[in-house]
Amino acid sequence: MNVKRLTAGVMAALVAFFGSTVGALAQDRVGAPKDKGLWLQEAASEQAAKIADFNELLLWVILVITAFVFILMFYVMWRYREKANPEPSKTSHNTLIEFIWTVVPIAILVVIGFVSIPLLYYQDVVPETEFAINVTGNQWNWTYAYPDHEGIEFTASVLPDTAHIAGSQERSEAEQALSTFLGHPAKLNARLLDTDVRLVVPVDTRVKVQVTASDVIHSWTVPSLGVKLDAVPGRLNETWFEANQIGTYYGQCSELCGKDHAFMPIAVEVVSKEEFAKWLEYAKAEYADAGTTAFGR
Amino acid sequence: MAHENPTGWKRWVYSTNHKDIGVMYLWFAFIAGMIGFTMSGLMRMELMEPGVNFLPDLFGMTEDQSRHMFNVLTTGHGLIMVFFMVMPALIGGFGNYFVPLMIGAPDMAFPRMNNISFWLMPPAFTLLLLSTFVEGTSGMAGFGGGWTAYAPLSTYGHTGPSMDLAILSLHVAGASSIMGAINYITTIFNMRAPGMTIHKMPLFAWSILITAFLLVLSLPVLAGAITMLLTDRNFGTTFFDPAGGGDPILYQHLFWFFGHPEVYIMILPAFGIVSHIVSTFSKKPVFGYLGMAYAMAAIGFIGFVVWAHHMYTVGLDVDTKAYFVAATMVIAVPTGVKIFSWIATMWGGSIRYDVPMLYAIAFILLFTMGGVTGVVLSNAGADVPLHDTYYVVAHFHYVLSLGAVFGIFAGLYYWVGKMSGKQYPDFLAKIQFWVTFIGVNMIFFPQHFLGLQGMPRRYVDYPDAFAYFNKISSYGYLVTLTGVVLFILVMAMTLFKKKKDCPDNQWGEGATTLEWTLSSPPPFHQFNELPRIK
Repeated sequence: MNVKRLTAGVMAALVAFFGSTVGALAQDRVGAPKDKGLWLQEAASEQAAKIADFNELLLWVILVITAFVFILMFYVMWRYREKANPEPSKTSHNTLIEFIWTVVPIAILVVIGFVSIPLLYYQDVVPETEFAINVTGNQWNWTYAYPDHEGIEFTASVLPDTAHIAGSQERSEAEQALSTFLGHPAKLNARLLDTDVRLVVPVDTRVKVQVTASDVIHSWTVPSLGVKLDAVPGRLNETWFEANQIGTYYGQCSELCGKDHAFMPIAVEVVSKEEFAKWLEYAKAEYADAGTTAFGR
Repeated sequence: MAHENPTGWKRWVYSTNHKDIGVMYLWFAFIAGMIGFTMSGLMRMELMEPGVNFLPDLFGMTEDQSRHMFNVLTTGHGLIMVFFMVMPALIGGFGNYFVPLMIGAPDMAFPRMNNISFWLMPPAFTLLLLSTFVEGTSGMAGFGGGWTAYAPLSTYGHTGPSMDLAILSLHVAGASSIMGAINYITTIFNMRAPGMTIHKMPLFAWSILITAFLLVLSLPVLAGAITMLLTDRNFGTTFFDPAGGGDPILYQHLFWFFGHPEVYIMILPAFGIVSHIVSTFSKKPVFGYLGMAYAMAAIGFIGFVVWAHHMYTVGLDVDTKAYFVAATMVIAVPTGVKIFSWIATMWGGSIRYDVPMLYAIAFILLFTMGGVTGVVLSNAGADVPLHDTYYVVAHFHYVLSLGAVFGIFAGLYYWVGKMSGKQYPDFLAKIQFWVTFIGVNMIFFPQHFLGLQGMPRRYVDYPDAFAYFNKISSYGYLVTLTGVVLFILVMAMTLFKKKKDCPDNQWGEGATTLEWTLSSPPPFHQFNELPRIK
C-alpha cells in the first residue's frame, strides 16, 4: 500500500513539475480555484478524485445527450422547413418510438445509478479514523478544535485585503504570524481564501470532521478534498477526509450566513506526519483547553 | 343576466372578466419583472470586478452596508421573479386569459374570487418592497437571508421587522395563488364546452390544471412554515431553534416540500404554451398528446417526493439520500418524453419560423441543457463540490430564466395579436429574440465553469481567480438589457398602433385551439352559445 501511495506521490510530483509553468519544483500543492478554470479543482484526496471521476462520466453522458438533442433538432428544423416540406404529415402517434424514448433514458439512469449510489455510500459512511476535528461555524469565522489532542482550539478568520498587497507591511506581518503558527515558512496565496491561521492535518491520515454552528447555518467546504458539510446549530454532522498530498487547500463557506458570508474562507494545511507531531507540541502549548465552543471539553 | 360593458377605472378595479384580469396580471408581472431584473443588474454590476466597489459608489454606502444589501438583492430578485413575475405571468396572465377561451367557457367559475386573487397581488408586492426599506439586521435595511429564508438566519439572524413584512407578503401572495388555483380546478373540471372531454382538452389547459393542483397541495405547507417562522420570531416558539428543542432542518424540509413543486409550478405552464406553439408552426397536431399530458401529471406527482435533493449537504441519513437520488433521477424520464415529443411534433411538419416558434425552439434546446445539468446535480455524490455553487445558479437559470421566461416571451408573441388585436413588428421582434438569446446564454453559460471551480452562490465578492467568467457573465447582462429594452420597444410599437390589424387566426391552419375562432381581440363576453366539440 505504501508503494502504491509512493507511486501516486511520484506521479503527482511529476505532473506538478511538468504541468506548472513557473517550474516550482519544491513547492507544495495549492488547492484553490484557478484563473479561467473550466473544471473541478484538482483532487487532493481519494474522495475528491472519485467525485471528479464520476463528474467526468456524467459530463460525457450529458454531452452526448445534449449533442443528440441539438443535432436532431437542427436536422428537423432544416429538413422540415416550410419551403422544403410544404405538405405537413398528420402523424401524431408511434407506439414503438414512444416506448423507446421512455425506456432508453431509464436504462441510462440505471447505469448512472450503479456508479452514483456506491460513491454516495463510500463518501457518507465514516470509516475508522485516526482522530477527530471539531469545526464550529460562527458569524463570520471558523473555530477548529482537536478533542483528541488535549483540546487544542483556535479560530481562523479571513485576512483583510490589505494583507494581499505585494510588499505591504500587513502582508509580511501576516505571513510571519502564519509561519510561526505552522512552524514552517508560509506564503499567502489568494485574497478571500487565506485565513490568519489554518487548520493543520497530517497527510495520508483519515480524519473525522464533526461540524456544527454557534449561530446560523454555515457550510464547511474544501473542494479539493471532496468535502462539503453544513454546520447547523444544535446538530452534529460528521464526515471524513484523507488528504494524500502535502499542501494548502482552500474552500469557502457554502451556506448563506449573513453579511460576511463571502468572507469566512477555509484553509487547510496538510503537512507530513512528522511535522504534524511537531506542530501538535506547539499548538498544545499555545491553544490547549481553550474550550469556548459548543463542543466544550 | 347580461351586463353592459363597464368602462374606466371600474372596468379594471371591479373586474370580474377573466380577460381583463389576465391582462392586469400580465402588466403586474411586467412591472415586477422590471424591478427583479434591475436587482439582478445591480448584482451583476457588483460582480463584474473583484472587490466591493459598485454598490458603495452607487448608493454612497459603507462596505458593510453594501455586503448586506447584496444579500437583500439576491433575496428580492429570487422572491420577485418567482412569486411576482413568473407565476403571475404564466398562471395569472395566460392562464386567466386563455384557459376559458381554450375550453370553450364564458368565464372563470368564480369571477369575484378571480378579482380578489389579482387584487391581493399588489399589496403583497408592496409589502415585499417595503420590507427592503425597514430594518433587517443590526441597523441595516432589508432581509438578506435568501428567497429560501432558512432559519435561524431568518429568525434570530434578522431581528428587524423586515423579515416579518416579507413573511406577510408571502402569506398574501400565497392566499392569492391558492384562490387562483381553486378557480382553475373548478373551471376546468366543470366548464368545458360540450364534447370537450378531459382527453381532448388543449395541453395548456392541462398544464394549468396540474399546476393548480400543485399550488393547492404545496402552498399551505409554505404558509405553515413561514407562520412558524413568524411565531418563532415574535411569540417565543422554538420550532426551528435548537435552544428550545427545535430544529433548523425542519424548516428546510417544509420549505422544500413547497419549493420543489414550486419549480414545476413555474415550468409546467411554459410546457403547455410551447406545445401549442410547436404544433401551430409545424402545422401538425401535437405528437403523443396523451403522453404529453400524463408526462406533465407524472412530473407534478414526482415533484412532491424529491424535495430533499436541495438538502444533500445538511447531514441527511445516507439511505435517505440514496432514495432522493433515485427519485430525482426518475423525473428525467417524463421530461425526456416531452422533449422528444416536441421534436417529433416538428418531424414531418411544415415549419415556419415566426418569433413565437424561435422562442419555443430555444426553450426546448436550453431547457434540455438545464435538464441535463439537473441530472448531474441529482446525484448526491457528484453534487458535493457543486452544491450551493454557481453551477446550481446556472442550472436553475437555464430551466427558469431561459426556460420559463422564454415560455413567457413565446406566449406573449404568440398571443399578443389575439389579446390586443394588433400585430407585433416582426423584424424588430426577431432582433429582440436573437439579442436576448445571446445575452442570457452569455450570462449563464460561464457560470457552469465558476461553479465547477467552486465559486459559492450569493457571494458579494470573490477570489480573483473567478474574475474572468464573472466579467463575461456581467457583460452578458448588458446584452440582455439591450434585449429587454428592445422588448419594451416592440411591445410599445405593437400596443400603440392605431389600427387593429390582426386577423382572427393570424397563424393559419396549424392554430386549432378555440381562441383562434374568436375575433382579435375576443369580444368582452365570449361563447354566449357554447361551442360544440366533435
